[in-house]
Amino acid sequence: MSGNKDFTHLDLYTIVQKEKMDSSSTKLVIYAPDVAAKVKAGQFLIIKTHETSERFPLTFSDWNTQDGTITVLFREVGFSTIELGQLKVGEKIQALVGPLGNPSEIHNYGTVVMACGGLGVAAAYPISRALKEAGNNVITLLGAKNKDSFVLEKEIQKVSTKVMYVTDDGSKGKKGFVSDLLRELIDNKEQIDIVFVIGTPAMMMVTSEVTRPFSIKTVASLTSIMVDGMGMCGACRVTIDGQIKFACVDGPEFDSHKADFKELMQRSKCYRDEEKQAIHEGESCQCQNL
Amino acid sequence: MSKPLNKSQSSQNRFTASVDIQKQEPHVRVKNFKEVVLGYTEEQALAEASRCLHCLHAQCIKGCPVGINIPEFIKYITQKNYKAAIAKIKEKNSLPAICGRVCPQEEQCQKLCILNKKGDPVSIGRLERYVADVEREKDIKIPQTAAVSNAKKVAVIGAGPAGLTVAADLAKLGYSVELFEALHTEGGVLVYGIPEFRLPKSIVKAEVDYIEKLGVKLTPNALIGRLFTIDDLFKKGFKAIFIGTGAGLPKLMKIPGENLNGVYSANEFLIRVNLMKAYMFPKYKTPIGVGKKVVVIGGGNVALDAARSAIRLGTEKVYLMYRRGKDEMPAREEEILNAQEEGIEFKLLTAPTKIIGNEHGRVTAIEYITMALSEPDTSGRRKPIPIAGSETTLDVDTVISAIGRTPNPIIQNTTKGLETTAGGIIIVDKETGKTSIDAVYAGGDIATGEATVISAMESGKKAAQSIHEYLSQKP
Repeated sequence: MSGNKDFTHLDLYTIVQKEKMDSSSTKLVIYAPDVAAKVKAGQFLIIKTHETSERFPLTFSDWNTQDGTITVLFREVGFSTIELGQLKVGEKIQALVGPLGNPSEIHNYGTVVMACGGLGVAAAYPISRALKEAGNNVITLLGAKNKDSFVLEKEIQKVSTKVMYVTDDGSKGKKGFVSDLLRELIDNKEQIDIVFVIGTPAMMMVTSEVTRPFSIKTVASLTSIMVDGMGMCGACRVTIDGQIKFACVDGPEFDSHKADFKELMQRSKCYRDEEKQAIHEGESCQCQNL
Repeated sequence: MSKPLNKSQSSQNRFTASVDIQKQEPHVRVKNFKEVVLGYTEEQALAEASRCLHCLHAQCIKGCPVGINIPEFIKYITQKNYKAAIAKIKEKNSLPAICGRVCPQEEQCQKLCILNKKGDPVSIGRLERYVADVEREKDIKIPQTAAVSNAKKVAVIGAGPAGLTVAADLAKLGYSVELFEALHTEGGVLVYGIPEFRLPKSIVKAEVDYIEKLGVKLTPNALIGRLFTIDDLFKKGFKAIFIGTGAGLPKLMKIPGENLNGVYSANEFLIRVNLMKAYMFPKYKTPIGVGKKVVVIGGGNVALDAARSAIRLGTEKVYLMYRRGKDEMPAREEEILNAQEEGIEFKLLTAPTKIIGNEHGRVTAIEYITMALSEPDTSGRRKPIPIAGSETTLDVDTVISAIGRTPNPIIQNTTKGLETTAGGIIIVDKETGKTSIDAVYAGGDIATGEATVISAMESGKKAAQSIHEYLSQKP
């Protein structure tokens, strides 16, 4: 969290650093001093890249109060993330609002397992850091496609007591899924006081099922579709214990044993066709510019 | 679009009939998002202004929540002195182009017009709009009342009708005002809620520009409660704070199927269409899908805005389901008429009971029940009562629920000592807007529950006045 760069001459939301993590993941460091001063682990922000862009949520993966910067790490999978990934250092994001949502509940739980799928580690990192600082024994489980798809490894090692790896192809750690690692820990009689699951809805659903029979408290950060992200539109509604909740103001973290992940997955597909159309439109625009 | 004056301009019946206003034809306007009502020509405005009797004890002023001297500004119109007319309005109202369009004048100033006894009242709203539009289009500069800066800082939270009013009034009194807006653009419900075809966003922009010219500092993308708390604002040196954060999350229908894809709250639907300009998808990247058949639930202005937006997005059929009858609809009569002309089918005395979806979790139909109205209760309102066994199914692709909103909870949840009702509305003194915290005021929907643009402005005016009184007593 230390820094010594002077960005005060910059406009708000200027990109000060950009790093390609792998073929489809990008890290952006953005100048937003007021946001950096206020953010806590587990919160998110809404970005609107250009005048014509959508508003969409991303979780903070880091921040630096001295430099006045925040960091986001995202996979360029949909139209909006691809568009954001095209910005260069020195360019500006049109609008950025945060911190949003309730911070993670940080206590000294004892032993915490951070179960991270893919890029979920980016959102998990600040939570792990805060939990470590609160005196927890932090065990981090990292799952990815293959040995080259892990990000923030060094950072996560610093804030974890133990890091365990798993890959789809077995190229690093065991072959399998994060849920397999978690089951192994439980089978080995590891005393676990709380589990945070952070990844895709499918990953979170499967991983939560592992802890359910053992009544281990499990928390998931629900990433539903959002527009304003501040308690207005209601697009982010999720079902928790049969009740409708709004991820932006009631969450984003919920008891994952009570969350309806199937509904979350279904709702996240709502605009799949339109998304394809937007990407297609973007491509044709670029053709015209050639 | 110039149209000859109608018969009402002949002197014998100028007291009975108002001058008609031009509108886009229904079959044309359902294919675009341009403004429906086109406004008066100068000739029409002069004719309508000449209908005013300039009553000695003008009742219309009493009907105006912000107390505009209506006969006075209308007199200036008859003299073609538009600069004086707009200056007269702006003494009391900083947002005339907006109020001229969306105020329910028929329930306020025009309701009390003496001409109601003979026929139509003076079309005060249309005249207000005309003057404001002339000012904007001809770029008339009205001299600002030279406010001596008193260097006292006031924070206004929320750039909707209430906040814009407070900011303008306090800036005119010499305060250093910073206006915090959580969204990326100012205007609140005027930009995210009310559609382009009823209130063009360029007009809101012009009114916000005017407020900025008064010296108000605009700070968008600032969600107070999260980015800065109320305490943080005091620490930053603000001497008084006004909270005008408006309506928040949608009320739920509490029926099965509410989370199916294709079920929108009116808030989400209108935010996508208006604020994010989804009607220009894919040029603007925010998607909206309406399918072929849409049903809107509710009978207020928001429901009509959603229904009329849906038809403009190219859907084939739009139904409006309301649990009471047409006479009980809270929406403005003019907008009900517009909606009917545009082909919206009203299913009155019906209420949804279930939303039905397919295996992909997408809406395919809605089940509803027919209602009957009870005899008027002690409050005079007739209660809708479901008729058992009357359930019917209607095929639809999209359901938009416009049954109201709850207050945005973020500031209440992050401010110790700020008293609210059980429903989360900030408790204020009705006359002053004072909350339970010293130097913190609130107005608009967050303090009154859901109401109109003009009533939000009225509460803003009162709060601005009491903030001024409060700060005048401070060294």
